[in-house]
Amino acid sequence: MLYSTSIMAIAVFAFFVLGVLALSFYLGRRGQTAKGYYAAHGQIHWSVNGMAFAGDYLSAASFLGICGLIASYGYDGFLYSIGYLAGWIVALLVIAEPIKRLGKFTFTDALDSHYDSRGIKLAAAISTLVVSAFYLIPQMVGAGALITPLLGLPHYAGVLLVGVTVTLIVVTAGMVSTTWVQFIKGTLLVIFCAALTIMILMRGFTAKGSPTVVNPEELRAKPGVRIVENAWKDKPYAKVINAEGVESVYKITDAGWVETQTVVAKSDGTKLVNGKPQTKDNDLRPIGTLAELPGGAEKTGSLGPFDFFDTLRQSKVVTWSKEVLKDESGASTTVFTPAVQRGEDLLKPGGYFKGMKSPNFTDKLDFISLMIALFCGTASLPHILIRYYTVKDQSSARKSTVVGIAAIGFFYVLTLYLGLGAMTSGAMDVTDNNMAAPLLARSFSELMFAVISAIAFTTVLGTVSGLIMAGAGAVAHDLLENLFRIPMTDHQKVLFGKGAAALLGGGAMVLGILFKDFNVSFLVGWAFNIAASANLPALVMMLFWRRTTKQGIACAVAVGMLSSLAWILLSADTYSKVYGWDPKTSIVPFSQPGLVTIPLGFLVLIVVSLLTPKPAHSVAEELAET
Amino acid sequence: MHSHHEDHPHLVSRNARYGLILFAVYVLLYAGFIFLAVFRTDIMSKVIPGGMNLAIGYGFGLIVAALVLALIYMTLCRRPVVHESNVEGSR
Repeated sequence: MLYSTSIMAIAVFAFFVLGVLALSFYLGRRGQTAKGYYAAHGQIHWSVNGMAFAGDYLSAASFLGICGLIASYGYDGFLYSIGYLAGWIVALLVIAEPIKRLGKFTFTDALDSHYDSRGIKLAAAISTLVVSAFYLIPQMVGAGALITPLLGLPHYAGVLLVGVTVTLIVVTAGMVSTTWVQFIKGTLLVIFCAALTIMILMRGFTAKGSPTVVNPEELRAKPGVRIVENAWKDKPYAKVINAEGVESVYKITDAGWVETQTVVAKSDGTKLVNGKPQTKDNDLRPIGTLAELPGGAEKTGSLGPFDFFDTLRQSKVVTWSKEVLKDESGASTTVFTPAVQRGEDLLKPGGYFKGMKSPNFTDKLDFISLMIALFCGTASLPHILIRYYTVKDQSSARKSTVVGIAAIGFFYVLTLYLGLGAMTSGAMDVTDNNMAAPLLARSFSELMFAVISAIAFTTVLGTVSGLIMAGAGAVAHDLLENLFRIPMTDHQKVLFGKGAAALLGGGAMVLGILFKDFNVSFLVGWAFNIAASANLPALVMMLFWRRTTKQGIACAVAVGMLSSLAWILLSADTYSKVYGWDPKTSIVPFSQPGLVTIPLGFLVLIVVSLLTPKPAHSVAEELAET
Repeated sequence: MHSHHEDHPHLVSRNARYGLILFAVYVLLYAGFIFLAVFRTDIMSKVIPGGMNLAIGYGFGLIVAALVLALIYMTLCRRPVVHESNVEGSR
């Protein structure tokens, strides 16, 4: 769809970005020591840190991605919300306090606290960088995707805008400004999404009727119309060319021919939308409608939070599927076809994760593996782990995690309303479900659209700044200072950190531009899988198994990281979506590695620890002393 | 409360024990949800009181349960350790 540039959106954007930068420069004077730069002096109040957790965690994938998935496929997008939130239980109940107690600035500090091992430092720092990179790329790509329709700027401009802003934030004040950016963003996100949810409930539902289905004979009877029924071999589509030569595509079904929307990319580079050049007057029609309400009603009026689901369950919804068809001339036709689905089918699992319905057991394992990775990955994400060092003690770490769980949990409940609200808003873009939440806001008012878009943008800013901080800590603190033992004054530690942040910011911009066409949600799943496989076994075993050795930890981190990475690169999903190869030829039986590689990390740690000398004193022994 | 009290082995190990017990409770709830979603999707579409189906009710329940367990954990961790007169729970 074409988006007209909104002056209001630009104004709100500018206000947000300049406000965040001003705050960052103001706070810059507090980050002049290493403890200030990397850990905000450990003086952030737990309530602020708790909301900053929400700001860190609710990334583009959580906000734009989940809302878009629910808007397109129904309930299954909400499974991500459940998995992402469940991971916080691991963070709170198993990881939070020991991490705070053992570490100083980074995840590596905690892992290495009782061992002083070069192997652990190296493996954990590289793992931090790899996970941060895999999390960073989709955020940058998401920034570009958001900027393009909203401000009319090219993709690279969005990436550069985020990259430069974030690098300035991180370089000026480090963890202090990063924390406050997260706090502001997390708070605004929860407040405005709650407001949007109330607006959805107040508006209720309106039935717009079923998609147009025609009798082919009626089309044939029109003067000057030419019909090509087998336009694409073995595909149930017919091409209808009217008297003016404009081509339309119809899906052939038992009930009749269903009118579709099309985007044709010809080999000479021209692009047609619904048979004509794309202009403001000839664009893809917005989608997201209800076909029928219970009892044949046209409108519901305001709905309660439970009535919302009850009504939708009994309604019929128009959903859209996409298929790309190629013809001999080299033209590519993307056909968007509407279908009427029962609300009750959209509100149960299996719409997006087809493996759940598959009789093939390995398809089910793929979904189970993803849910395990989401559960185990949260507590292993470097940018989440470093946030435990910004509060003063373990009690504050605990309390801030509880605030984080409350805010994030509340937000994830809202995602179901937002997604389903977008599904029925009549404003969605058929080509891009990532824009579901901003377009849902536009269906209420231009101001709401501007605010939600700006918040979505700061969502990216916040997460990226946290990731760059984690990466900078890994490079400057873990590698240069601790591993290579480069002598540094406190001032130099900060300088190296800022230099690393600037380099990582530059790298993130390059990757964001290079990976422009990459599937972003795909990469977030990778990051969770790699984090869970590399970091969690080492963290958990270090805490609870006395026999854990430094060699065991280093090997578990390395094997967990490499095996999950290798599994992903050899999976059917990567074959089809990245390499463009036949997914059936993939080597591994299912795409999500966590189910195999997380236990593998534990196994490697146990075996290597048993084969190496028992440590004189361990964290687990300390825990067991009563 | 100063951090050196929090580092006392009694408190550290007790809190870790509470954490693991509550964690086990949540793992069971989460595993039950995944089992139903994958193997008994038909049950997930059953309507529960209020008009929601079980899939939505259980999903919301898991989110609420996380918060409830978190609050329980926080309350348990604040309790003083009774057999050490010089050690109190963190506040």
